[in-house]
Amino acid sequence: MYEILKAEMLAENIWLMDVKAPRVAGSCMPGQFVIIKIDEKGERVPLTICDYDRNAGTVTIVFQSVGASTARMSKLKKGDAFRDFVGPLGQPSELCKESINELKNKKILFVAGGVGTAPVYPQVKWLKENGINADVIVGAKTQSLLILEDEMKAVAGNLYITTDDGSYMRKGMVTEVIKDLVQNEGHKYDVCIAIGPMIMMKFVCLLTKELGLPTVVSLNPIMVDGTGMCGACRVTVDGVVKFACVDGPEFDGHKVDFDQAMKRQQLYKTEEGRAYLKKTEGDTHKGNCSNA
Amino acid sequence: MEIDVLKKVPISEQDPGVRAHNFDEVCLGYSKEEAVAEASRCLNCKNARCIQGCPVAIDIPAFIHQVSEGNFKEAYRILSDASSLPAVCGRVCPQENQCEGQCIRGIKGDPISIGKLERFVADWARENNIKPEPPKNKLDAKVAVIGSGPAGLTCAGELARMGYNVTIFEALHEPGGVLVYGIPEFRLPKSEVVAKEIDNVRALGVKIETNVIIGKSVTIDQLMEDEGFDAVFIGSGAGLPKFMGIPGEQANGVFSANEYLTRSNLMKAFDDEYDTPIRPGQKVAVVGGGNVAMDAARTALRLGADVTVVYRRSEAELPARVEEVHHAKEEGIKFNLLTNPTEILVDDNGWVRGMRCVKMELGEPDESGRRSPVVIEGSEFEMELDTVIMSLGTSPNPLISSTTKGLEVNKRKCIVAEEQYGKTSKEGVYAGGDAVTGAATVILAMGAGKAAARGIDEFLKNR
Repeated sequence: MYEILKAEMLAENIWLMDVKAPRVAGSCMPGQFVIIKIDEKGERVPLTICDYDRNAGTVTIVFQSVGASTARMSKLKKGDAFRDFVGPLGQPSELCKESINELKNKKILFVAGGVGTAPVYPQVKWLKENGINADVIVGAKTQSLLILEDEMKAVAGNLYITTDDGSYMRKGMVTEVIKDLVQNEGHKYDVCIAIGPMIMMKFVCLLTKELGLPTVVSLNPIMVDGTGMCGACRVTVDGVVKFACVDGPEFDGHKVDFDQAMKRQQLYKTEEGRAYLKKTEGDTHKGNCSNA
Repeated sequence: MEIDVLKKVPISEQDPGVRAHNFDEVCLGYSKEEAVAEASRCLNCKNARCIQGCPVAIDIPAFIHQVSEGNFKEAYRILSDASSLPAVCGRVCPQENQCEGQCIRGIKGDPISIGKLERFVADWARENNIKPEPPKNKLDAKVAVIGSGPAGLTCAGELARMGYNVTIFEALHEPGGVLVYGIPEFRLPKSEVVAKEIDNVRALGVKIETNVIIGKSVTIDQLMEDEGFDAVFIGSGAGLPKFMGIPGEQANGVFSANEYLTRSNLMKAFDDEYDTPIRPGQKVAVVGGGNVAMDAARTALRLGADVTVVYRRSEAELPARVEEVHHAKEEGIKFNLLTNPTEILVDDNGWVRGMRCVKMELGEPDESGRRSPVVIEGSEFEMELDTVIMSLGTSPNPLISSTTKGLEVNKRKCIVAEEQYGKTSKEGVYAGGDAVTGAATVILAMGAGKAAARGIDEFLKNR
């Protein structure tokens, strides 16, 4: 069992938890993910690592309640435990593989959307710890859904916050902020790392391609085992089929087939939603909703 | 009971019409009386060829003789001297190519039902709560076993019996490997059979740590340098599923057999009590002809689908066991043989709507000795489907080979290990099972695990 040492609601439907998992905490790097299973009947839920403390042996995760298992996970309190917590999975962020001196000569822009702010955080923090200040754009639907603002402020160079509805700081999509920074304010970046909803990453990539700004994205397709065995997470990158769990989760954003990836995500989302509805509302959703 | 010495004592099975709708075990096993009668057919050959046919060299005539005398406890002792997983082997070994394939009785009539007798004895022992004996002497040396599938469990069980201090590291949340995620409940019951066999391995003193991915959570070098393991056995299994590389393969509704089976077997998606979803499909094609393809097809059938197996060669070349093909047909699975998919047809929303195929004919034998299929010109046709399950085998997982210093792999990326004792290029590290051979059978993996245990014992004694 993996004990929960802290459980906190960051925003509506978004939770942060510190979990005691010494093996994972001892070996994980920014960009990698874990798989969590609440109990015997739960799903294996993949989540990108948000933070880790090697000495305390803890790993921080942030998740949104979207399906049957994450809804049950959100009910857990400090002192409860997950049955299974495995990782780290996937490749560490490309950044961690470059030499610090090389990185120091680079201007790095992070673009975080919604709950994607969580996996961006450890990368920015890791850079800060190595003496590098990266700029960060954080986008949220509305102010109440903004997460990790103070934490991010403490590690980012410049932090730009935007909300879709203009309820806090700038108004509009993250892509508009990128345009502003690069085209109007004269910022020059060597690399962009975008993590958020698939649709956001798609539009960020369309824009950065135009701007000639190399962009890395972190994909979050549905997985089962997370070790390369099932192939559920396959994505097409530059015309080649890759498994996000072993080859990723980070890929060259300009080469990812986002339309296909979004369709594939749909399959499991509706299936999972269906399993949840069936449980909460009985057998009313047994029909072929997923084919609609 | 009266028997015909030339014929196997028939075994009861669930009726095909009934079992097509449930996940209960197909074969119901022998009763005591039936087992004794079947055992009495054994000629008790002095130079028993069946033992040579067994990858773990069970003393088959000896255990069968005990069954014929009604001494089931002694029969179990003989079995468990040689095999850590007799209840599993009795169910899933391809006996027709191994022990039973060598049986002298088989020349004129039916060979002895060695597999079914093995199963009977193992089940009897379980029902009577008889466990293998833990070792009397304890050795100090520590051995890490990577993977808790058939190779790892066997290697761990053998080493524990010799007195070693053994820890198994398993990447998934349940021990058992392919016995748990791959082979379905209706062929190999999980809580009743697999979990109990694993308990027996634990009873020998083996520790099992789940949720540890060697190569990620910790490396082999760290296990040996920091955690004090004196030797390591790698039994990490098959790996990444293969796809055909045809258009439309990323459409919604195309699954690897590994994914489909893992959702159903390991995650128990067939049971509404569990959270993991599965899309059973209504019209399903399973592409491939091995045991895994049969397992996927029969699982889809039980989830309510209309299922067709699509295979590019003819029935004679189906790599699956004859018994599995026979059971699949009985249950109502259709076979589209000498057929090869060329494209998955996709609707406007990205979902599978069908599959374009061509008919094949058999040409000249290829390197494997099997006649290779050749496309028949102008034979293209479409199948209407909503789900396609690809069961084309696997390629090795690089997680361990890419993170272990000095571990040699071959051009197919399989770990290189000497056949006799599973010795790898790295000192103190042994390997066996699918990680070495590529996808093969449970019993071959067990044979490799057993051989490696001997290799590790030699290594540790001569250190």
